[in-house]
Amino acid sequence: MLEINNLHAELESDAEVTILKGLTLSIKPGEVHAIMGPNGSGKSTLSYVLSGKDGYSVTAGSAMLEGVDLLEMEPEERAAAGLFLAFQYPVEIPGVGNMTFLRTAVNAQRKARGEEELSAGDFLKEVRAKAKDLQIDADMLKRPVNVGFSGGEKKRNEILQMAMLEPKMCILDETDSGLDVDAMKLVADGVNALRSENRSFLVITHYQRLLDHIKPDFVHILADGKIIKSGGPELALQVENNGYADLLAGAA
Amino acid sequence: MALAKLKQDATLARLAGITLPDGATWATAARSDALARLSAMGLPTRRDEYWRYTDPASLIVADAPPAALFDNGEAPLFAGVDRIALVFVDGVFDAAQSDDLAGAGIEIHRLADVAQRDIHWAKDLYGTLESRGQHPVERPLAALNTAVASDGIVIRATGPVQKPVHLVYLHQSETSDVTLHNLVRIEAGASLTLLETGPGAARLSTCLEVDIADGGQFHHIRAQGSDHERRAVTHCFAQLGAESVFKSFTLTFNGVLTRNECVIDMRGDDAVAHVAGACVGDGGDFHHDDTVFVTHDALRGESRQVFKKVLRNGAVGVFQGKILVKQGAQKTDGYQISQSLLLDEDSQFLAKPELEIYADDVACSHGSTTGAIDETALFYLRSRGVPMEAARNLLTLSFLAEALAEIEDQALAAELQTRLEGWLARRA
Repeated sequence: MLEINNLHAELESDAEVTILKGLTLSIKPGEVHAIMGPNGSGKSTLSYVLSGKDGYSVTAGSAMLEGVDLLEMEPEERAAAGLFLAFQYPVEIPGVGNMTFLRTAVNAQRKARGEEELSAGDFLKEVRAKAKDLQIDADMLKRPVNVGFSGGEKKRNEILQMAMLEPKMCILDETDSGLDVDAMKLVADGVNALRSENRSFLVITHYQRLLDHIKPDFVHILADGKIIKSGGPELALQVENNGYADLLAGAA
Repeated sequence: MALAKLKQDATLARLAGITLPDGATWATAARSDALARLSAMGLPTRRDEYWRYTDPASLIVADAPPAALFDNGEAPLFAGVDRIALVFVDGVFDAAQSDDLAGAGIEIHRLADVAQRDIHWAKDLYGTLESRGQHPVERPLAALNTAVASDGIVIRATGPVQKPVHLVYLHQSETSDVTLHNLVRIEAGASLTLLETGPGAARLSTCLEVDIADGGQFHHIRAQGSDHERRAVTHCFAQLGAESVFKSFTLTFNGVLTRNECVIDMRGDDAVAHVAGACVGDGGDFHHDDTVFVTHDALRGESRQVFKKVLRNGAVGVFQGKILVKQGAQKTDGYQISQSLLLDEDSQFLAKPELEIYADDVACSHGSTTGAIDETALFYLRSRGVPMEAARNLLTLSFLAEALAEIEDQALAAELQTRLEGWLARRA
C-alpha cells in the first residue's frame, strides 16, 4: 500500500535542519503500523511530508501509494488518491458549515477520480448514519467546521471525515493528544470500525495507551529522522515501561 | 487661509454651473440651504483629514468620467422576491418597469412629485438629517446631493410592511451622472425592508435619510453591482427613536471608486443599530471606502459595525469608523470590527477605527485586522481533497461570513452569498 524508501526531508526555510534522514517503511494492505518516538524525532514531519504540506523539501528517497509517486502530487491529489491525514490539531474554519465542508470534500474527491458526485439526499443519509456511530449530533454537523468544538469533538470530527472520504491509507497524527479516556475509546472505536483488508493505518503516537485501543500489527521507533527499531505490539509496551533511553542508546 | 481661499474658489467655480431643480417653496428653500452649507464648507479635497485615504476628485469634477457598461450574464438580484420594485434607469424613473407606488401599510411617492407639494413629513425630513449629520464632521458631497437631487423615492411606513421595497438602479448609458435622494419615515411600531441594487450610473450619488420613530424597524440590504468602472458616493443618515432597530448591510463588487458613508444618530433609549458591509475588489483601480459614524445619545443603545473586505491585484480598501458616546449615554454597548483579507502583496487596507466616549458606564470595543489566507486552513482543506482554488474560495467566503450573518432574512442572505460565489468563480 505505502512504500517509503530512504526518505530525506529538510525544512524549506532552513536547509541546515534535516528532519527525516533516511526513513524506510513498508505498509501492506490491511495492516496497522504504529510509529512512536521522542519529541523532535520527526513523527509529525513524516505525516506532513506524506500529505504534502508546504514548508518541507524532500532531498532524497521516495514515497509511493499503490505504486504512485505521492511526492509529485498536490495535497488534494494525494487525498483523491486515497491518502488521509487526521490532524493533531484540527483547524477551525468559521463561516463554513461542517456539512458543507464534508460534502465539498467528498464530491471534490469523487470528481477527481472521475466518479459521479453524491446527491444531496444520499450524502445526508450517509453522513447521518456515520455521525451517529461517532456520537456526533445534528448540531455539530451544522456548526462551522471545528469552531467551538471540544478536543474530543474535534478528533471525532476527524474520524467522521475519514469515514466519509473512505481513504485507503490513513495517517493518524497524535490523535490521542488532548483526549480523556472515554473520548479516546470513542475515537479508537471509530477507527477500528474502519479497519479492513483494503485499508491501512499509520498511527503516530507518543504513548502506548492509544495502542491498547487501536491494536497495531507493527510498531516502529523513530529517532532522529530514522526508524531505529521495528517490532510487534510488545515494542510499544517496552517503551511504556522503560522509556526511549534504552532504545536510543542501543541505536547509537 | 490661502488654502481655504483656494478651496472656496474651486467650490464656487464648480457650483457656478449648477441650477437647482424646480419645486415648491419648501423644496427650493431646502436646496438653497444645502447649497449654502456646501459653499461654506467647500468641496472636499485629498487634503481634508476625512478624505485622506480616498481621493474625491473624480466624484466632484463637473463631467463624470465615463464607465463602460458591463454584463456578467447574471439574472437581476432579488427578482424572485415578492417585492415592490421601483426602477431608475440612469437616474430616470421608469414607470413601465416599476410596480405601482402603493402597498399595505405604506405610502410611496417620487421625490420629483413630493417636491411640488406640501407633504409635511417629507418636507420636515428632506435635508434635515443630512444637515444635522454635518457635525462634527463635514460631509459636503451629501449637501451637494440634497441641493441638486431632482428625484428619488419617498416612503412612509405606517405599519408592518410585508413586501420589501426594492430600488433598482440600472446603468445603460456610459456617461450618466446621477443624483438620487431617498427619504424613509418609519412611524411608531412600523417596519420596512428596503433593498437597493445596481451601479445605477457611470457616476452615482445617493443620499438616504431614515427617520425611525419609537419601536420602528428598518432593514436595509444593498448590493452595489459588478460594473467595473462605475463610481459611487452614497450617504445614509439615520435617526433612531426609542427601542427602534436599524440594520443595514451592503455588498460591493468591483467599481473603480465607492465611498459609502453611514451616519447614525441614536436618540431614543434602547435602540439597536447594526451596519455591516462585505466588499470584494480585484485590480489596481478598485478603491472602496466605508466611512461610518455612530453617535450614542441615549441610554442602553446597542451599535455594531462589521466590515469585511477581500482585496486582490492591487485593490485598496478603506475603513473609517467611529463610535461617539455622549455624556449621559450610559450602558451603551458599542462594537466595531473591520477586517481585510489581502490575497496578494499588492493590495492595501487602510483603517482608522475611533472611539470617543464621554459616559463612564459603557462597554465599547473595536478591532481591526488585516491578513492573508490562513495557510494552515488552506492545507487542511486541500488535505481533504478540496482543490486549491476551491479551498481559497471557501476560506474567502468564510472570512466574509461574519458580515453576511448581519442580514436577518436568510433567503436574501443566501442570494447574496450565491452572487459572491459567482464572483469568485468568475475571477478564478
